[in-house]
Amino acid sequence: MEKEYEDIPGTLVFDADRSREGYHLNQFCISLRLRVNRDKFHQDEEAYLNAYPMSPEQREAVLKREWNRLLELGGNIYYTSKLAANDGINFQNLAGIMTGMGREDYRKMMLDGGRPIKGNRYKSEWGKE
Amino acid sequence: MARITAGIGCSHVPAIGVAMDLGNTHEPYWQPVFEGFKKSREWQKENNPDVIFMVYNDHCTAFDASCIPTFALGCAADFQPADEGFGPRPVPVVKNHQKMASHIAQSLILDEFDITIMNEMEVDHGLTVPLSVMYGEIPQDGAWPALVIPLCVNVVQYPAPTGNRCYNLGKAIGKAIKSYDEDLKVHIYGTGGMSHQLQYKRAGLINPEWDKDFLDRLTSDPVGLSQMPHIEYLREAGSEGVEMVMWHVMRGALNDDITEVRRFYHVPASNTAVGHIIFENHA
Repeated sequence: MEKEYEDIPGTLVFDADRSREGYHLNQFCISLRLRVNRDKFHQDEEAYLNAYPMSPEQREAVLKREWNRLLELGGNIYYTSKLAANDGINFQNLAGIMTGMGREDYRKMMLDGGRPIKGNRYKSEWGKE
Repeated sequence: MARITAGIGCSHVPAIGVAMDLGNTHEPYWQPVFEGFKKSREWQKENNPDVIFMVYNDHCTAFDASCIPTFALGCAADFQPADEGFGPRPVPVVKNHQKMASHIAQSLILDEFDITIMNEMEVDHGLTVPLSVMYGEIPQDGAWPALVIPLCVNVVQYPAPTGNRCYNLGKAIGKAIKSYDEDLKVHIYGTGGMSHQLQYKRAGLINPEWDKDFLDRLTSDPVGLSQMPHIEYLREAGSEGVEMVMWHVMRGALNDDITEVRRFYHVPASNTAVGHIIFENHA
């Protein structure tokens, strides 16, 4: 089934298909909301992840902190941001990483008014991502 | 009978709460944001309601992926501020008007809005930041100056409820509140937005023209505005800009005859355009 919201560049809309794929990944991420779980995760990340039957690719993306890959594999930003928070990375710095701009350039773009809508509406405007 | 005397639209950017909790509001980065809310806080003091009906979204805090209600009404006696990954916000517990919440739940269901009833729920920045914005710093052992009935809307997993559905739900909430047999002053909040995208390679998108048009039409053409399809929010206001559907619930609960008494817009707060509007409601 064609999804018109897939024609937005640099954007992954978290729909039911992504939600199904990312279920265990997202449930792992939200578990880090609580301090007791964060402490357990810090002790042994690999062992902690065994409780969540995610795919090998998802597991690797968690361990390597591949933030965009996590989203491509069904993660949702409100969940993956819990893993980022665990690592001491706030939303703005996470966005700096995901956009490939880095923390300082991203922060400066936001201070200058953010990413403009012009040229950022359709995939055809970006060419190959 | 209870009366809705005002509707408030307000972003709920978590970093605004963090800035207040850490006492950073006078820093140059934050100063314009809090300056912008100064008059709103004065207005709030003069017009403080008995009850706030707060339309907001949970950010995968109280709800994990196992349960995703489209509309969930808080009917518990109180709601604790949640740990969102770095400790709970140091703000007071949120107290409900439990009897009124139950009345609204019944009225909505009989009006064919099949909402979920929450008898236990923690609340995240989506709910506490708008309170902080309007009331200023309140110590954790203090009390919010109004009771709060939370309505949680799913905007995380596509699709969020349509603008039309939200607007009509607002009408039904308005009807439920006005039929509550106690002389209470009620404010209704629509929170979230404005334009922002938090994820992936297009993160940082801001669309001030779209935001301004949204605020204009919320005042002058709310029914027309409520017909906007989801693709327009996602494309024009960013993947997280779809939160703006929650403002339609607020507008729907007000009468046609309103006065816009306050508006504020600022870019940026973290990744987001901060938008704020106050409507006084005429009987």
